[in-house]
Amino acid sequence: MFETIAVLLPLAGACIAGMLAFARPGDEKKQGRVDSAAQWVTCGAMVLAAVFAGIVFSDVVLGQNPRTVELFTWIDSGAMEVSWAIKMDTLSAVMLFMVTTVAAVIHIYSIGYMRHDPGIPRFMAYLCLFTFFMLMLVSADNLVQLFFGWEGVGLCSYLLIGFWYDRPAANAAAIKAFIVNRVGDFGFALGIFAIFVLFETVDYDTIFAAAPGKAGATLQVFGVEFHAITVCTVLLFIGAMGKSAQLGLHTWLPDAMEGPTPVSALIHAATMVTAGVFMVVRMSPLFEFSETALTLVTVVGASTAIFAATVACVQNDIKRVIAYSTCSQLGYMFFAAGVSAYSAGIFHLVTHAFFKALLFLAAGSVIHAMSDEQDMRKMGGLGRLIPVTYALMLIGSLALAGIWPFAGYFSKDVILEAAYAAGTGIGGYAFWLGIAAAFLTAFYSWRLLLMTFHGAPRGDNKVMAQVHESPKVMILPLFVLAAGAMFMGYIGYESFVGPLAGEFWGQSILVLASHPALEAAHGVPAWVKFLPLGVGVAGIGLAYVLYMLAPGLPALIAGRFQALYRFLLNKWYFDELYDLLFVRPAFYLGRGFWKTGDGSLIDGVGPDGVSAAVLSLARRAGALQTGYLYHYAFAMLTGVVVLVTWYLFQH
Amino acid sequence: MQNFPLLSLLIFLPLVGAVLILVLAHGDEAVVARNSRWTALWTSAINFLLSLFIWVHFDTTTADFQFVEYAVWMPAFNINYKMGIDGISMLFVLLTTLLTPICVLSSWECIQHRVKEYMISFLVLETFMIGMFCALDMVVFYIFFEAVLIPMFVIIGVWGGPGRVYAAFKLFLYTLLGSVLMLLALLAMYFTSGSTDIPTLMAYRFPVEMQTWLWLAFFASFAVKIPMWPVHTWLPDAHVEAPTAGSVILAAVLLKFGGYGFLRFSLPMFPEASVMFTPLIYTLSIIAVIYTSLVALAQEDMKKLIAYSSVAHMGFVTIGTFTLTVQGIEGAIYMMLSHGIVSAALFLIVGVVYDRIHSREISAYGGLVHRMPAYSLIFMLFMLASVGLPGTAGFVGEFLILVGAFKVNTWVAALAATGLILSAAYMLYLYRRVIFGKLTKDSLTAIGDMNAREIAVFAPLVVLVIFMGIYPGPFLEVMHVSVTNLLTNIDTALNAGQAVAVAGR
Repeated sequence: MFETIAVLLPLAGACIAGMLAFARPGDEKKQGRVDSAAQWVTCGAMVLAAVFAGIVFSDVVLGQNPRTVELFTWIDSGAMEVSWAIKMDTLSAVMLFMVTTVAAVIHIYSIGYMRHDPGIPRFMAYLCLFTFFMLMLVSADNLVQLFFGWEGVGLCSYLLIGFWYDRPAANAAAIKAFIVNRVGDFGFALGIFAIFVLFETVDYDTIFAAAPGKAGATLQVFGVEFHAITVCTVLLFIGAMGKSAQLGLHTWLPDAMEGPTPVSALIHAATMVTAGVFMVVRMSPLFEFSETALTLVTVVGASTAIFAATVACVQNDIKRVIAYSTCSQLGYMFFAAGVSAYSAGIFHLVTHAFFKALLFLAAGSVIHAMSDEQDMRKMGGLGRLIPVTYALMLIGSLALAGIWPFAGYFSKDVILEAAYAAGTGIGGYAFWLGIAAAFLTAFYSWRLLLMTFHGAPRGDNKVMAQVHESPKVMILPLFVLAAGAMFMGYIGYESFVGPLAGEFWGQSILVLASHPALEAAHGVPAWVKFLPLGVGVAGIGLAYVLYMLAPGLPALIAGRFQALYRFLLNKWYFDELYDLLFVRPAFYLGRGFWKTGDGSLIDGVGPDGVSAAVLSLARRAGALQTGYLYHYAFAMLTGVVVLVTWYLFQH
Repeated sequence: MQNFPLLSLLIFLPLVGAVLILVLAHGDEAVVARNSRWTALWTSAINFLLSLFIWVHFDTTTADFQFVEYAVWMPAFNINYKMGIDGISMLFVLLTTLLTPICVLSSWECIQHRVKEYMISFLVLETFMIGMFCALDMVVFYIFFEAVLIPMFVIIGVWGGPGRVYAAFKLFLYTLLGSVLMLLALLAMYFTSGSTDIPTLMAYRFPVEMQTWLWLAFFASFAVKIPMWPVHTWLPDAHVEAPTAGSVILAAVLLKFGGYGFLRFSLPMFPEASVMFTPLIYTLSIIAVIYTSLVALAQEDMKKLIAYSSVAHMGFVTIGTFTLTVQGIEGAIYMMLSHGIVSAALFLIVGVVYDRIHSREISAYGGLVHRMPAYSLIFMLFMLASVGLPGTAGFVGEFLILVGAFKVNTWVAALAATGLILSAAYMLYLYRRVIFGKLTKDSLTAIGDMNAREIAVFAPLVVLVIFMGIYPGPFLEVMHVSVTNLLTNIDTALNAGQAVAVAGR
């Protein structure tokens, strides 16, 4: 009951705000009233949803009462039976609680951030609609409803990235986000089909119950026999790579920063991009039966973690640094899942949601203060002017860098320990790349802090004169997130990954006895426990040296290693590569098929060719009708000769 | 009630409306135009209600033909007037009766000359279309199937654009080829089986050798209608030149003739041949999905873009039909219905701005969202439905078709699924160029949003496209039994054929 309300409230809010978006009284005062009505409705709906989510959480998780509410049938065709349903177990209740809380906070923050925007009701409607789809995604009890939420959040992401539709860059980024996600969804959809062919159902519970029995089954794909569960899980993971911006399908996420900052915080940090991780964990009873898929998840996750961290170190746009950081942190969550430490992945997902949303919103506050300037090279010295924002940003960075006792310390450590404890070569790969990425994470976080808040102001005087602390409606919500960034790790540790974990998660996550990485994580050598913290501090130290003590040094290093610097600055040239491989050929082929294929070949040989042939034949036949009597006489004579000859030969 | 000739009433009521217009509309030109419009609207609206009544009384538990009517026509040749509907044709009838009043309403203002003849054409067209879907005698079917071309020809030829002659000629050439072959096949079937009764023919077992030729002859006709690659090039031209309502009815209903034909003739009557030619269908369909999607990406004309996207979507339909799985066939039927709604809406959407600016060039637009927010929202909805976003009608069909395809052939499923990516690319790119961006063109600065009549035209389509996406049950339910029965019959036929082959060995 409460879960249904919590899921549907945002939809109601979105519909009302959407209708208000069409009320354009023209008069500024009345418009203000419409705007605040939309804000009240959506924020009210979200806060209420968060309250209900809290009630559901305490009932489902603390009261040990997982359940599924069936709403009505969606698709029913032969064996394919899909219902609209709301499934609540520990995993979905945790997500429900996290999503509604962060969303409520960000809705309220948006009141301040979007204050001067002409499209307030539309913005609030999109945000609310997004939350609805996200909740449908996490509360699905079958893969098709998951896909509904999955594509729905993609749609809202598209709408919100392109919110300022006058900007060509925003439009391009929005389309890119949707299409790259569709590439992932291509794999995801095929994964659903494979699962349906294998299990004859798309319902989680039935699939999970049947999974052990299908552990040895094979499936014929492209004429080759493959291990069936591997096929299903790898295809699903391609979808996760798209949604969670993993290496190869990550290119849309940095561009997505064209959207308003609250969007970056909600969609591109806390919720939507973590949907891939959620899905892998949700499908853990399937992933557990495929070593190949788990290995793939680990390798892709660890590689993304280090790749994105290297790129983040050289970016100058404050939001892009955080975007690449998100990409990198998602990599951590994936390789946690890859070594079967699913709950550690979800733990990091939750702590990350709080501190990354905090970082984004604090960055939004900086951008707000700097009159929409996002280039860190034009900032500097803001610490004294906006101390509250600075303090909040510092908390977020400490959590991100994994410094004790902030949230990131607990969740990142347990992931790295689990990777080490997995004891496999792949686990080792993930562990060492994870350590390297942790070093870079601390480095780029402090680079950001130092470039923005310390040193001499580099902005022009006009902008610097107007720097001001953001209004309360923007700052107060950040305190909620800051509290999460400070205490979430400490509070959650025992239940999420500690001794209480088994009871806490119940049936919602499956880990086979042969994958004991998480249990073993508590018994790793001391140096493994302290190394992440050590490299974190070292990273901070390096940033301090480079950006405070010897500020000339970074330019010098960039000059010395020109090639490497350009490689990183251009994000490993992924965009250029894809443009060359896919975008240009698509347009080139399209034009070629149209003009040559349809135009010259099909029409040329087909209708136009036929008509031309008929015309020329008719012209030739016409040419025979000369009108000269002796021509006709000759033709008749020839005919008579032929006829007579034939007659004579017959007899 | 079963004795009352409901279907005949449904078929011929529009014709009565057309005669009424012909007889009664005289005098002043404005009065004639007004009377013609209202008569056409009322007739088609009543016909829609009548079809709803039939739908309500449609029995979803039987695969038999319902509301069957029978009248002796040419006893000497055993050719009779026979009408009836089953779970496959029921929804197509509904689609036709829904779209005709929408077409009439959408032409309210933009057609100003020869209104009387225009409305008569549409009503006659409706009669032929419903007759085609209801016909249970092959000769009656053939007459309606071909007769549809006449009003369509007139609509494009009289109220069309500057290149209408070329378009009409192309349409004619392509369909002529198919029609002649289909007629020959019909004659061959008649002389072999001695009957033109469709249910009888469905049960009749043609020799496999003969099936091959018959299948190919029917294929020639249906492939042009759907249209499949490479006989699709008439469609973009016909769409570009046709008036808006003509495009709507062409995309929404006429293209479905081919898909319906496969389900009514090719699959049940020539099951062995259908299985044999499945690889051909798959190949052509996959080429259609990828090739025409790429072509759509390169288009500069809005109507052409949507026309090419139709070809790609119909590629999905043919794949689904020939998977011979429940999901594939139900998905194909569902996709035809949803495409009927979505493509109709998309052509109407182009029509809305065409009426204002008189250009279909994408480059003539840009930034419309500033002046036309309601229009932008509706366009967005149907763009998403065309892309197959879950929660819209477009998703259900596409999803079921791909499920069916994956069951029988993973290559087909994977290659067809690239359509998910490509359709998103060309539709979003179109939307961006027309709707988003700054509004800089002088011709657009005074453009107005949709008026009440236009919103009334779109309202039923908007409701349907969401309803069909969230709760497809009422529609899928209608086809379940008929589709299952079709598949069982095919299975039986194929098994019997194998048994004979085994026995012969």
